This record gives sequence, structure tokens and C-alpha cells, in this order.
Amino acid sequence: MMAANERVVMDAQAIERALARVAHEVLEHNKGTEGLALVGIRSRGVHLAARLRDKIQAIEGVKVPTGIMDITLYRDDLSRSKQQPVVKGTQIPFAIEDMHVVLVDDVLYTGRSVRAALDALMDLGRPLQVQLVVLIDRGHRELPIRADYVGKNLPTAVTESVEVRLKESDGHDEVVIARAEER
Amino acid sequence: MPFTHRHMLGLEGVSKEELLYLLDTAKSFKEISERNIKKVPTLQGKTVVALFYEASTRTRTSFEIAAKRMSADFVNLSSATSSVTKGETLLDTARNLAAMRPDAIVIRHPASGAPHFLAARLECPIVNAGDGAHEHPTQAILDLLTIRERKGRLNGLTVAIIGDILHSRVARSDAFALNALGSSVRFVGPPTLLVPELRAWGDVTTDLHEGVGDADVIIMLRIQLERQGKNFFPTVDEYSRYFCLTQRAVARAKPDVIIMHPGPINRGVELASDVADGPYSVIMEQVTNGVAARMAVLYLLINRPREADIEAESGTQAATEAEAATPRLRRRVG
Repeated sequence: MMAANERVVMDAQAIERALARVAHEVLEHNKGTEGLALVGIRSRGVHLAARLRDKIQAIEGVKVPTGIMDITLYRDDLSRSKQQPVVKGTQIPFAIEDMHVVLVDDVLYTGRSVRAALDALMDLGRPLQVQLVVLIDRGHRELPIRADYVGKNLPTAVTESVEVRLKESDGHDEVVIARAEER
Repeated sequence: MPFTHRHMLGLEGVSKEELLYLLDTAKSFKEISERNIKKVPTLQGKTVVALFYEASTRTRTSFEIAAKRMSADFVNLSSATSSVTKGETLLDTARNLAAMRPDAIVIRHPASGAPHFLAARLECPIVNAGDGAHEHPTQAILDLLTIRERKGRLNGLTVAIIGDILHSRVARSDAFALNALGSSVRFVGPPTLLVPELRAWGDVTTDLHEGVGDADVIIMLRIQLERQGKNFFPTVDEYSRYFCLTQRAVARAKPDVIIMHPGPINRGVELASDVADGPYSVIMEQVTNGVAARMAVLYLLINRPREADIEAESGTQAATEAEAATPRLRRRVG
């Protein structure tokens, strides 16, 4: 459903190209796939992590271990939320000890989700290094957190909202920016 | 549909959707207990008070571990070492506790309806950890979690609940939930321990072999000798001759039957030792699942959205819950 106040800022092809570039950057930065692991943050980070894994496999021929992280239990706004957040669980079926863990999320905004993800990750073990991939960095950080790999920097106003839609969960790929309605 | 009740008093009247939501939440909590660091910060700064007027090891420990794995503070109160021995009433004790601003009170009480009584009078969320012969909702949630893990579904199953039905709050909570989920229930026991009213929730039989015939799940109940003011059967020996679940009886059930027991087991009375420790037994899985079930209940009650937001989301429902929370099955026992 396309509301009148929405504007598409990335189409399927742009998302594809951005992810392809990020996959190369991750490999370049980490000098290959040795000790590399991907962890997608629920929900859309999971799909993005899976796509990055496939792209890395296409480039290097190696399937890097990929996990799923649910940060609900680590959020700092649980008691403020209007709806009951659904806990879907974390599935990281490999030891993150001494790994280069690449967190993957769709939008980097206040940085609070990433803070929660970092805490959750530390409870699972001690990675050698943690890096962050985001498809969109829209600014307005409330914590000293930055991304290592960014699909697209998107200057926004706080009153706007950014929505990433992906084939796996929404039927098609696009990133839209919308003037936030009364929420 | 999310679970937005203010209290967890019982499963009677809880919808299928709410039950499945509870179970999905509980399932996702299981992983935390398998970690090296078995703690998440979810309920940091929250306080849970346990008020137990009856003996308990499993349930109380399970609640305590559940609260602590979510970083809540847990305060334990047993009636034996509290002002209850000085004659303080239940309501006064609870009011005093509530004045210290806990985020949830877990209560076990020998009188049916005691948690409902408090729920109607206190602001604090109340969790029923067993009230008389009425309900024991968190035990039923862990039973359902165990059944779903083993059977992959909760509808269309035949579940035999065997033993001291009259005194069993587990039987009632299980039966309410299984009915809501679309499984059929059979109550099995001697006539003196069966309640005619239970026909509304399942078949009733006094024949063990008939009762377990083609069952997918067998839930054995403990003979509650301490609750029996008078004799409901001539001798324990005679009871176990007719109602002890032996290998021979199990053979009549489905080949992939699972056998559950809320504990503590009276070995050789209601459950033969080789059955309790046998391959069909999922009793230890129940105990493991108990922690996840209680984590889910505490999480959902303490993180319940504000009243106004719930109404905006789904109409009414939760607001009038406390008034409606009087048990229909009010049997006097003892």
C-alpha cells in the first residue's frame, strides 16, 4: 500500500547494488571469511544477513555462519512500549568466541537497538571484534554508536519515518521515507 | 492475539489465541536457560514477591529461577516463618506486601479463589501458583509446552488425566486449556475422587485400561494424601492395584504416548517406577519447561502495556477482569 506522503528512496536494484558493495567491503576489511560470522537483528536484519551470506558465498565460495538475534529482552523501552513486544528468540548456532561478528540491521537511527544487540551479544560470549552493517543510516543518534558499513546515508527529519521493505517479509524490495503519521 | 490480562489467575476462559501466544513466548525463553550466562536484563529493577501458604519445592524454585534469569529481584515468603503465624489475615499480609510496591505477587494458597480475592483488591499483578483444588495455571502452561514439543500440535489429541481428580488443580487447569485448544480429555479415577461436574470438560471413567486406551498423552496426578480429610479409598495398596500406571496399562495407549506428572511422584502408588523412568516419560522435560513457562508469565504481566493502549488496540476485555475473576468451580475441600 502506497500512501500519498511516501517517497521511494531506494528501489530493488539500488538495494541489491548496495548489498553487493557492502559484501565486498566486509570481505576486504576482514581479509576474507576466516573467523567471520553474520548476525541479523530481528526482523529485517535477518533477511539482510541471509542475503549478505549468499553474496559472500558467491564471491568467496564460503558459507559464513549466520545467526538470528532477538533484542526484545534487552530493549530499554519495554515499559514504554504501547504494544506487547513479541519475543521470537535468538538463534545463534555457533560459538561467537573470538569471532569477527558482523551485526546486520535495516535502519540505524537512535542507536538503541544496536546498544541492545551489543549487550545481547556479550551475554553469549566474547567476540574478538564486532562490526555493524546497516542498509540505511538516517542519523539522529542518541548514543555514541556508528556503522562500519552503510548501504545508504539518508538525511531525515525526526518527524519522518523510514521503512525498509524486503521481498522475504513484505513481498517486494524498496526503502521509503514517509512523513510520520500520528503514532 | 497478545496476552493482556492483568493477572494470571487461571486458564478457564483464556482463549486459544492467548494460550498459543503464551506458549510461543515461553518457547522463545527456553534458549536463555541453555546459555552460558543464563540471564537477560529484561526485568531489571522489578520485584517479584512469592507468598506461599503451602509446601512447594518445584513451583517456588521454578518461579524464583524464572524471575532471576530475567534479572528481577525475588523475595520469598513462606507462611511458616511470617506474621501469618501471628494471626494476620491473608488480605492484611498481601496489602502490606503490596505497599512495598512489588511488580508481581506469586501466591499459593490452600483455599480455592484466594488469588482471585487478592486480585480484586490489589493493584499489583497476581500470579496463581496453585489455589486449593481450583487452578494451577503455570503448571498447565508447562504441560502444554511439553505436549506441543513432543506432538507438534495441541488439537485433536486424546489426553487421559488419571488419579486424584477431586483434589487436583492441575487437572482443572489442564482440562480448561486442552478444551480451548481442541483436544479431548478423559478423567480417570475411583468414583470417590471424580467430580461429576467435570463431564462438561471431558469423558469420565473409573476404568484405568479404558481410560488410557489410544491416548496420545497421559497425565498422572499425585494422590494428595495430605489433603484428604477422610478416606476416599480403603487403602493405598488397593488404590494402586486399580490405578497405578504400569507398563501393562501403558501398552494400551498409542505407541508414541507421552507420560507426564506434575510431581512429586509417589513411586509405586500412582506411577510404577519403571514407567516414571521409562522412555515415554517426559517428566524432567516438564520441569525444564516450567522455568520458561513462568518466565513468559512474569514477562507478559510485568510488561503489560498501559490500559489506555490496550483498549486502543483491541477494544475492552482486560479492564473488567478483576471483577469477573471469581472462580466458577468453587468446591470446598477438607
